[in-house]
Amino acid sequence: MEHIITPKVEYVKLLNTYPEKKSALGTLYLTATHLIYVEQTNNNARTETWVLHHHILSVEKLPLTASGCPLLIRCKTFQLLHLLFQRERDCQDVFQSLLRLSQPVKEEELYAFLYNPHQNEEDRRQGWEFISVANDFSRMGLSNEYWEISHLNKNYEICSTYPSILGLPKNASVAVVTGSAKFRSRGRLPVLSYYHKDTKAALCRCSQPLSGLTSRCVEDEQMLQAISQANSNCPFIYVVDTRPKLNAMANRAAGKGYENEDNYSNIRFQFQGIENIHIMRNSLQKLLEVCSMKSPSMSDYLTGLENSGWLRHIKSVMDAGVFLAKAVCDERVSVLVHCSDGWDRTAQVCSLACILLDPYYRTIKGLMVLIEKEWISFGHKFSHRCGHLDTDPKEVSPVFTQFLECVWQLSEQFPCVFEFNERYLIEIHNQVYACQYGNFIGKTARTHTHKHTCMLHEKTFSLWPYLLKNQHLYRNPLYRRSLESTVLRPSTLPLHFKFWCGMYNHYDRGMHPKQSVLDQLLSLTQKQVEGERTMTELQRVSGFVEVLSVWRGIRLI
Amino acid sequence: MEFAELIKTPRVDGVVLHRPFMPTVEGTLCLTGHHLILSSRQDTTEELWLLHANIDSTEKRFVGSLGTIIVKCKDLRVIQLDIPGMEECLNIASSIEALSTLDSVSLMYPFFYRPLFEVIEDGWQSFVPEESFKDLESMTDEWRLSEVNKDFSLCPSYPSLLTVPKDIDDESLCKAASFRHGGRFPVLSYYHKKNAMVMMRAAQPLTGTNGRRCKEDEKLINATLCAGKRGYIIDTRTIAVAQQAKARGGGFEQEANYPQWRRIHKAIERSNVLQDSLIKLVEACNDQSHSMDRWLSKLEASNWQSNVKEILTTACLAAQCIDREGASVLVHGTEGTDSTLQVTSLAQIILDPACRTIRGFEALIEREWLQAGHPFQQRCAQSAYSNGKPRSEAPVFLLFLDCVWQILRQFPCSFQFNENLLIMLFEHAYASQFGTFLGNCVAERGKLQLSQKTVSLWSWVNRPQELERFLNPLYEPNNLVIWPSVAPQSLLLWEGVFLRWNRSTKCLDEAYQEMVHIIEYNKELQNKVNSLRRQLAQLETEDKMVADLK
Repeated sequence: MEHIITPKVEYVKLLNTYPEKKSALGTLYLTATHLIYVEQTNNNARTETWVLHHHILSVEKLPLTASGCPLLIRCKTFQLLHLLFQRERDCQDVFQSLLRLSQPVKEEELYAFLYNPHQNEEDRRQGWEFISVANDFSRMGLSNEYWEISHLNKNYEICSTYPSILGLPKNASVAVVTGSAKFRSRGRLPVLSYYHKDTKAALCRCSQPLSGLTSRCVEDEQMLQAISQANSNCPFIYVVDTRPKLNAMANRAAGKGYENEDNYSNIRFQFQGIENIHIMRNSLQKLLEVCSMKSPSMSDYLTGLENSGWLRHIKSVMDAGVFLAKAVCDERVSVLVHCSDGWDRTAQVCSLACILLDPYYRTIKGLMVLIEKEWISFGHKFSHRCGHLDTDPKEVSPVFTQFLECVWQLSEQFPCVFEFNERYLIEIHNQVYACQYGNFIGKTARTHTHKHTCMLHEKTFSLWPYLLKNQHLYRNPLYRRSLESTVLRPSTLPLHFKFWCGMYNHYDRGMHPKQSVLDQLLSLTQKQVEGERTMTELQRVSGFVEVLSVWRGIRLI
Repeated sequence: MEFAELIKTPRVDGVVLHRPFMPTVEGTLCLTGHHLILSSRQDTTEELWLLHANIDSTEKRFVGSLGTIIVKCKDLRVIQLDIPGMEECLNIASSIEALSTLDSVSLMYPFFYRPLFEVIEDGWQSFVPEESFKDLESMTDEWRLSEVNKDFSLCPSYPSLLTVPKDIDDESLCKAASFRHGGRFPVLSYYHKKNAMVMMRAAQPLTGTNGRRCKEDEKLINATLCAGKRGYIIDTRTIAVAQQAKARGGGFEQEANYPQWRRIHKAIERSNVLQDSLIKLVEACNDQSHSMDRWLSKLEASNWQSNVKEILTTACLAAQCIDREGASVLVHGTEGTDSTLQVTSLAQIILDPACRTIRGFEALIEREWLQAGHPFQQRCAQSAYSNGKPRSEAPVFLLFLDCVWQILRQFPCSFQFNENLLIMLFEHAYASQFGTFLGNCVAERGKLQLSQKTVSLWSWVNRPQELERFLNPLYEPNNLVIWPSVAPQSLLLWEGVFLRWNRSTKCLDEAYQEMVHIIEYNKELQNKVNSLRRQLAQLETEDKMVADLK
């Protein structure tokens, strides 16, 4: 609270981006956690806009105008607040308060450590145990003849950014596992991501090898051999480096790099050309500039969209995901995927491939499991990538957002195969940035320890029970569980990728369809449930009345 | 002329048909006077019946003695026929070429087509001007139906009956007609019941370089203004284009002569530019080898979406002037038969809930397009694959349909019809077994005796069996004015038309079916609940009677 200079400012204008003409007059409040704008309307109706301080990406004071002092607030949720203050003093106070409030320095300042959804300790504990990566292994059929669940990383000693349980090929010895880990960047050795029961092919992930220009590692070679042997359907595996070839080659000079096909028997090596986090960050930046243009022409918009490169990058992630799924499902070949550290691009494409391959991950709970497994447990650096704390801005990148967008693109091509709707993806996205729940906090390279995890589980709550409780909001009424096509084969032609207005222009309501088919269908499915209940009740009652009247009739005779 | 003369080889066996996203079919190719037919011996596979009139262009290729004909259709589909034998292939190709480019309208298929269904309601009689005037009369007595154009001599592209202000006599109309391009003097397009404001349309005034004026024209449009009120003239052209038109005798209304009117210029492209836009767009959609950047840059370069945005923006402006500003509006471009009609018809869809019903939409197309003299025959002679010298073809109507689709997408519960109706209209405007879109104006249609010699599209569409396909299950009538967003983010590429043949629709069809299923099931359920309630009530009274008897 000590950061709030002025808790309340009156007569603040909120300018609308689209349509431009409308603007509101109201009061601005600053609380410990939120910025709240209350619009004064004629008929006593209060319209409130709540913005979480953690959601604020930047605050910018614009040059003074005749109508007041403008303050521009950009949010990580892609909301854009354009405020106009009457007094320069108020503007400056709010500006300074927000600067501090939106950039917590210490982890304890994060909202999750304040937030209490009125749950008891037991609920909290159960919430944290609700999603289990181990259960997902058994769902895939592990352990089996070829793969086992290993506890070698129980104390995060082999790899501090990996989960404590790992899926490993049965015939890989401890020496091979530890040796291979030493040859991989940050010890991120090849482990199982997804096992495809029907084809016995496996999707595996790791980081880049420390091959440099000439180095090799027998254990690592044996590790890949073991993965290959675990799939009797195919004598080779694909090794997919998701980076552009040029980037991978540059890494060789730094003692890292990619697998030399001559050293590994029976691998087929492949680059996929997904750009790095810096290019993705800049691309999003450009995309958002397009989104916030004031009355752009169609040509401005399309040119801007093209120049941002955003959809090109989305396509490159999708292409890689499709390649993996095809290899596993159609070619019955196991695949090992990596990028540099194996926690950004690798997480994107492995989780995307999982969604393409397995209908379970297309359910509300399945997506939670997938995020828990491929992102959280494999050490995606949410804190850095989302800029939770005031850290290096070069570490920030929309890697997870891109994954969510790929799922959305798929849902546009396959409207009946996802249990959830677009709002679920947007809610997850906003929650990742909100830090209201503990799931996405502190997964950086060094803090993946028992101690830290225990602390989080004691002091914060898990997001998943909250989402589950509200799942009626996130349901896709068109979902058909019975759909036979279990593997998705999306088209990745450029013209099948669309701009995701629901995400990047989410708060520009004026741009969205004015009537929502989703709402309409959701309310119908609700009515259906009620109707069915009334029906059963009526049938019961009428049966009773009928019997009664027959009985009375007989008595009368 | 006998079609047989044009058909050198009526039948070839062993022809292989390739269509995207469909299995190849081998069978016998037959040419008739109006159709290209391919049927396989198996009963299971679908036959191909293609109207020659639907063929936009063809290409042929030879590999050894195997010939291939690529047939590009006006509905944007591209199919490939592999024909064994060079001579057969050449014959077929030249026959298709000849049959798809028949000059004489009276040789077109509608004159030969006999419906296999019983015509219950003759579509030619469904939408007569007298009927819509009756509706108008019930709201206002300020207008009259004039027969001044009875013999089409005053304005060849107008219908014989026109709605004009009551106080303006036919003589004034004649003078006003001589002051407007093609004789298209200002006539009533739409009456806004809510506030009694009107939308009129016309062609450009013939002011020329020396600023000619016409008192009768001024009087005519001033007659539509309330005392002390100003009106808006929406010129669909930019001021620069309108200025240039002066040199060719055209022009725009001078402020000095029309002091009660405010003129606004917009920038809807002329028809030849639109045709170029369509060709570029379809080329971009069909080239599957693009990278993302190339696709987006070609989409942008086609300007199609820009055209959609500009037309919708202008229509919104017209609607705004009427509904929000409470002012009357006059819309015109150059000839008053293209961009003018796009604007007036879209504005009505925004303003008038009746236009969002199937019947009302059909009536709108009759009124604002067919009877208003949009030259369908010229505009739809060729589609996106036309490679000859462009004449007067242009996708003016297709752009209108695209704009309607955009509004429909933004207001999915406000239309009684669905996308299928729009796609069907696009197809039939370009090639059809029905006579509705033949000819360029009412006068021409009369000369061709279409209503006696051909079947109307509406006779077919309005049959209950057909209508079902076009009904929007989400429709809930509302009486509101619907304002679409024209932000670029809100306007999408109309996939139903432009990507129709480039994607598999299986998943989208399933989704649509599922939606229909949910809605139908819900209705059924509510009906059951209601009838059960009634039964119960009845049982209870009976029971009470029995109990009373005791």
